[in-house]
This record gives sequence, C-alpha cells and structure tokens, in this order.
Amino acid sequence: MGEIFKPGVKLSSAVCKTQIMALRVPASELDVKCGGVPMQIGDPEQLLDAVGEMSGTLVGKRYVDEQDTMEFLCTRGGEGTVSVNGKALDIKQAKQLPSSD
Amino acid sequence: MGAREALICGDARMTFAELELSARCVAANITQGEKLGFLAEASPAFPAALFGAALAGTQFIPLNYRLSVEQLNTQMQRIAPAKLITDKALSIDKIIPIMPHEVVNGAPYPGDAPDIDGGVAVELFTSGTTGDPKSAILRHSNLMAYIFGTVEFMSAGEDEAALLTVPPYHIAGIAAVLSSTYAGRRMVQLPNFAPENWIALAQKEHVTHAFLVPTMLQRITEYAGDKLDLPSLRNVAYGGGKMPRATIEKAMDLLPHVNFTNAYGLTETSATICMLGPEDHRLAHSSHVPAIQRRLGSAGRPIPSIELQIRNIDNQICAPEEIGLVYVRGDQVSGEYKALGSQLDADGWFLTKDRGFVDDEGYLFIDGRHDDVIVRGGENISPGEIEDVLRAHQAIKDVAAIAVTDIEWGEAIGLAVVCNDEISDDEICALIRKNLRSSRVPSVIKRMNALPYNETGKLLRRVIRDEFTQD
Repeated sequence: MGEIFKPGVKLSSAVCKTQIMALRVPASELDVKCGGVPMQIGDPEQLLDAVGEMSGTLVGKRYVDEQDTMEFLCTRGGEGTVSVNGKALDIKQAKQLPSSD
Repeated sequence: MGAREALICGDARMTFAELELSARCVAANITQGEKLGFLAEASPAFPAALFGAALAGTQFIPLNYRLSVEQLNTQMQRIAPAKLITDKALSIDKIIPIMPHEVVNGAPYPGDAPDIDGGVAVELFTSGTTGDPKSAILRHSNLMAYIFGTVEFMSAGEDEAALLTVPPYHIAGIAAVLSSTYAGRRMVQLPNFAPENWIALAQKEHVTHAFLVPTMLQRITEYAGDKLDLPSLRNVAYGGGKMPRATIEKAMDLLPHVNFTNAYGLTETSATICMLGPEDHRLAHSSHVPAIQRRLGSAGRPIPSIELQIRNIDNQICAPEEIGLVYVRGDQVSGEYKALGSQLDADGWFLTKDRGFVDDEGYLFIDGRHDDVIVRGGENISPGEIEDVLRAHQAIKDVAAIAVTDIEWGEAIGLAVVCNDEISDDEICALIRKNLRSSRVPSVIKRMNALPYNETGKLLRRVIRDEFTQD
C-alpha cells in the first residue's frame, strides 16, 4: 500500500512532531512511515503510539534511501524514524556547494 | 538559532528572533488583497518585508529607487493596491506608504504563513537593458528549490558574516537574504557602496563572505592598490555582469587566501544556475594551458539541480565549442512574467536569451545577449569578440560595439570608445582588421567620456544605440 508523491509535498508524523518535505521522489507508490505508523498530509489532531523505530529526526537535515532514489528534507524534528517501503532513511552527508550569494 | 545575531546595519543589530518579530510586524500592516512594495535602500526593514509578505500571504515587490519619477509612477500603478515601504512622500491612488522604521514596529501578526500551492513570493522588474522592464514572477516553490538545492540549513559557523551590498530590487539581493537566513549566517548591510566603506566595514565586522557585482570588485581592487588587508574574508562570490579578466586576476593576487566563486544566473532563474568554484579559479589562474586558462572567463558548470543545453537556431543541441542559445531547466527556473505567463517550453526548458557555448568538460562561456548580436549582411557578429580585442589595448579604457542601421548591410557596427591615451580611428580599425575579419571593422566610431552602466554594472547598450541614432 502506498501513494505517489510530488516534490514539495509535506508529510507529518502520526507519532511525534516530525514533518518532512519531499525534495526528490520517484514516480512510484511509496509507503512512508514514521515510528512505524503511516505519515499523513497535515498534522494529526492526536498522536498515536509508535509501533516502529524511534531514533529521531533532525530539523534541516536531508534524508535519503540507500540507493539515493529519493530525498526528503526534515522541516520539523521529532522522535520517530522515517522509513519508506519498510526501510529506514538515513541522513544524507551533504556535499556543500560554495556560497554563491 | 533565534539567539544568533542575524543582521547588522549601521548601529542597529538584531538576532534572528528579533528579525522574525520585525517580519511579523510588517505582516500585521498588510490588509487582505494588498501587495507589499518596497522602495528604499537596504535596511533592517528589507529582510523583515521579504519574510513579512510571505507571512501575510502576499508578494514582495521591490522597486528600483534610482529610476525616474515617471518610470516609478508607472511601476507603482502596476502593483496597486499595495502597502509601500518607503521614506519618500508619495500620493498615488491605492498605494499606502509606510516608513521603513515604522513598519517594523507595532503589534506582531501572530499566525503562520499560508501554505498555498503555487503562491507568488516575489515580483521583480527585470533590469530591462534591452527594452521596457518586465515583471518576473518568482513563486515560493522556485525560491525554495534554489535554497534547498544550494544551501544547508544552519551550516554557517558562529563566526560567519556576509557583507550584503546588492540592492533589494536585484535578485542577488533577495537570494543573499534567503541563503544567509537559511544558513544562519549574520548579514551585514552596506546600503551605499563605496570601496573604502566596503573595506572598512569588512574589517570592522570580521566579514567572512561577500557577494559583489564586477564593477564593485573592480573599484575595490583599484582603491586597494597593491595591498588589501582582509584576513577574515574567506569567500567572495560575484555575478550580475561580465567580469573583466584583469579584475578577477588582480583580486586573486591581492587576496590569495580567499575562495572566489563566479555565480551565473538571471532574475527568471531565482539567481544562480551555474558556478565556477574556487578550485576552478585557482587552476585556471595558475595554468599555462590555454583551454584551462580561459576558464577564468567561464560561468562555470550547472549546479546539481539544474540542467543546461546550448541549442542552435534549428533547435538542435550544439556540440562543444559551438555557439548557440542557452537553455536551462529546473524547479528554481520560473521563466514567468506578469501578463505574459510562463515562457517555458512544453518540456520545461527556459530560453535565457544569452548566447554561449560549453567546452568539452561542460564549462559554460557566455557570449552576451542574443538581442545584442549585430547582423551585418546576414552574418552574426558578437559585440564581445570586437570588445575583447580592443579592451586588451592599453590606450582603450572601455568600449562597446553596437548595431547601427546601414543602407548597404542592413546593420553595421558602431563603436563607442573611451580612451586612456591617444589612438586614431585608423589605428582602431587596423587593430580589428589584424585580429579579426574585415567584416568586424566599425562603420562609425564615437568617442565618449564614459559608457553608461546601470548601478549593478550592466552596460546599457540601449542608451548607446540611442546616442548613435540621435546624430
């Protein structure tokens, strides 16, 4: 079960304050979860109990899958772990560009 | 982050938390349905207004305070109804002026920025060097794509400070506020550029980063002579016009510890799309291989989030070294104007109207604006090739080649020359004939005291063309 997302879409965790924004996503169905519970568009009214990993997210960090087919930006940090199709995302080791302005 | 110092302007200093509060005060001044104009020099009200407009869900429209009253009146009528941050006394229908120091005070707007799909962030009048200014539309999605594509959140060290000299109505001025804020870098504003003030402020505030247009860097190096004492400075980015080779070489020699980056971009592309980085600069500066050496005059390679193509007149992709038109594609590219709509093609490509070519490693060389090409008897002549030959001569301080109407050829070459030393028309023509072809020899030469540039260092060819037609 999953959904096709467009870049720019913001997803909120159902188990913590985490919010992520899709920067780069494949045009295929993705099952995005945080703390083991599906993430949703818009904040939940009430938080649910986590059923998965809770290693935390950090605001401003980029998260990618192992094959680097997708990239999400954490726009609000929390306690849950973000996973896509069952695999946890990792913090991208950003290669910084020189300052251009 | 809120406790970090965000902004220094004269004696005023504020933290990021205080900047947010100022932005909320600006937002509280805007009534539903109004836009936010800005007609003033850079001050703390500028970043506050840029973010305040977004909070209020409207667009930020900076105007060029150096334009004539008539030009400004036309532009202001185009943005009404609006609140206008300005210290000028104005009376224009549906434009409500507020002073810059007043707009950042009062009761703050408490809400969050509305998250509207396709929301417009900035409307920017392009410089209009080739015609009447057009109003470029930059959406939040464009500016966000630029920032997320080029900057890391809170990546700046506590010691970092950026010296901002580009005015609010220039895309580089807006991009600098967005990048600095996202990186958590202190902004030091210098509203009125003069080389001695720039150097003094860079020393006083231990500035580490700066962006300059070529004219500014040229004036700094001329003023400095053979010594420039800026130990804190680490990064200088430049763009907004063609950088004379002698200027960048002199700057690199004066500041050997500084990383120089050439940033090529347009208003319509939300600032930088190509970069020539510090390593490219050093390699080109020290190389004896002509193909590497000339990269000091290159716009660099596209940033990772941008695709670039050079296409010929038949819309075919050009081979390396072949001159064509520069096309770009990426989420930061708006390519959209008010009233005209999107100018992107069906596949999302934007024609920059710059001419250029890439070398075999993908470095982009800009050859000038497509509209500036002189078509003499069906042959396309780039002003740049003529200007480069003449500029290398010690007697010539500045030069511009433009198209003049010609009965025989349709167009012919007019040359506007500013001299350091005596040089006759015959000598100028002989110099061109010797280095280029005879078709590049001008039919009219006009001596001028100085060439007209706009305040960000762009040559106003239109003004020169007008001078030639008046005679």
